[in-house]
Amino acid sequence: MSLTNEIVLKALIDQFGEHIKDPTEPYTMLTITIPASQNVPILSWLRDHRDFQFVFLTDLCGVHYPANGGLELAVIYHLHSFIHNYRMRIKAFVSSLNPEIPTITEIYASANWMERETYDFFGIRFKGHPQLKRILNMDDMNYFPMLKQYPLEDQLREDKEDKFFGR
Amino acid sequence: MSKQEKKEATLLQNNTYLPEEKQYNTLNLGPTHPATHGIFQNVLKMDGEKIYSGEPTIGYIHRAFEKLAEHRPYYQITPITDRLNYCSSPINNMGWHITMERLLNIETPKKVDYMRVIIMELARIADHLICNSVLAVDTGALTGFLYIFQQREKIYEIYEEICGARLTTNIGRIGGFERDFNDITYKKIERFLQEFPEVLGEFERLVSRNRIFMDRTINVGAITAERALSYGFTGPNLRACGVDYDVRVFSSYSSYEDFDFIIPIGTNGDTYDRYCVRSTEMWESLKMIKYAMDNMPTGSHHADVPAFYLPPKLDVYNSMEALIWHFKIVMGEVDVPKGEIYSPVEGGNGELGFYLISDGGRLPYRLHFRRPCFIYYQAYPEMIQGQLLSDAIVTMSSLNVIAGELDA
Repeated sequence: MSLTNEIVLKALIDQFGEHIKDPTEPYTMLTITIPASQNVPILSWLRDHRDFQFVFLTDLCGVHYPANGGLELAVIYHLHSFIHNYRMRIKAFVSSLNPEIPTITEIYASANWMERETYDFFGIRFKGHPQLKRILNMDDMNYFPMLKQYPLEDQLREDKEDKFFGR
Repeated sequence: MSKQEKKEATLLQNNTYLPEEKQYNTLNLGPTHPATHGIFQNVLKMDGEKIYSGEPTIGYIHRAFEKLAEHRPYYQITPITDRLNYCSSPINNMGWHITMERLLNIETPKKVDYMRVIIMELARIADHLICNSVLAVDTGALTGFLYIFQQREKIYEIYEEICGARLTTNIGRIGGFERDFNDITYKKIERFLQEFPEVLGEFERLVSRNRIFMDRTINVGAITAERALSYGFTGPNLRACGVDYDVRVFSSYSSYEDFDFIIPIGTNGDTYDRYCVRSTEMWESLKMIKYAMDNMPTGSHHADVPAFYLPPKLDVYNSMEALIWHFKIVMGEVDVPKGEIYSPVEGGNGELGFYLISDGGRLPYRLHFRRPCFIYYQAYPEMIQGQLLSDAIVTMSSLNVIAGELDA
């Protein structure tokens, strides 16, 4: 039996009701939005589900939507069920004023560094993470570089100024 | 001698003396250690020769690719992908083109798919060759490494014939290839197919059943399938644990469904199994290249997508339409559908995924690379815990961690 988007979505709505929002299917992959506070119960339910078995966290990353008032930052989980060869995507939005979301390192060990990377670039704090510190950037950096307000290069540099081939 | 000293001396003599608190030595392995093949730092807590715990520090060659990609038009992102896993950059290039083709719903001709399979499998061989031969070097066998690198050079010559570059290849375009393979390319691939099996066989005879090699690698750096899945292992490292997950089969791309190949799996997930899985995969790749060469379809070497595929330069000078499309592509006047897509390919060391969010503009809104190395390298401290320092070196080289991909 292979999983379809309808089966998974129905099971999720039966279990979690109004927490499952905005189901869409961009390029056939089921995408749902969940409240940030509900990520641990929903993800662990999906992993431990007898039939679905989403045992594999493919990817975890952040996205910044500056215009999305109140919920500017998104954490995006890609899950994969090997037994059905079925992928799905889960989004959780948090505010950029207080970007906090529970960690899922207890559910998937691979989330450890991916959450650190997301913290490093977007400043999203993962509550309960065992070692939440910067991973790729240097420790004394005082901003989160992947946020959209930061341009690609340091605007204070004058040696890069070129009015015809400006950057 | 005081009473206390006397007591200690007796304890020492009876060999029952234990310090109140166990003492550990701190050892910095890396960042530039000749045995770590790249810029990897591990701060190890050592109990004599045994590793008590380790903490990797990464990011030494971080180049902010994801930020860079947000400021590049789609067709200019290919050179960035070269620099992820630089041992098999053609796979990264193809992975990016395939992502774009999926986003734009472009159907590529069969010929493009087969050409891609040839290049991707050559790249896989080159990637596994480095990993396996360097693993042999770390156990003390330098000869095989020097011998087999000649064949890697042959693969690079094939790349050079196709695209002009060797390491950072930038092969292909969105929709296909910039030009068809020429006769010399076909000749070089055929010669490689003839020569390589003999060399690889010789290398395997030298290493695979070598007593020293087996003693150094069996039961070293082992991980169970369950932990490997939790840690997000993919590629040969996961297959060595006994999980037959291969993106080429699970979410097929580039006509891999036409090809008949087996997915080798191991049982213990240790260094020796990883070596064997890679070795077998090279033979399977050879089979696939041979099949693609024998059954090369006729047709065009690119899809018919003038809005994204740069026209040949000669046409740009001589025909109006080609000039218009050239201008539109270079100036970013072509619309891209809004949407988000996750598209994986089987890279040299696991599932290389591209998560792309497009807002319809000429630049990606967000592009995230799922880099297999980055995700499975976090299991390294757990894998080396309680092992000898020399085993930690062997474990690292068998994991095939590539610094460029790790740090992106």
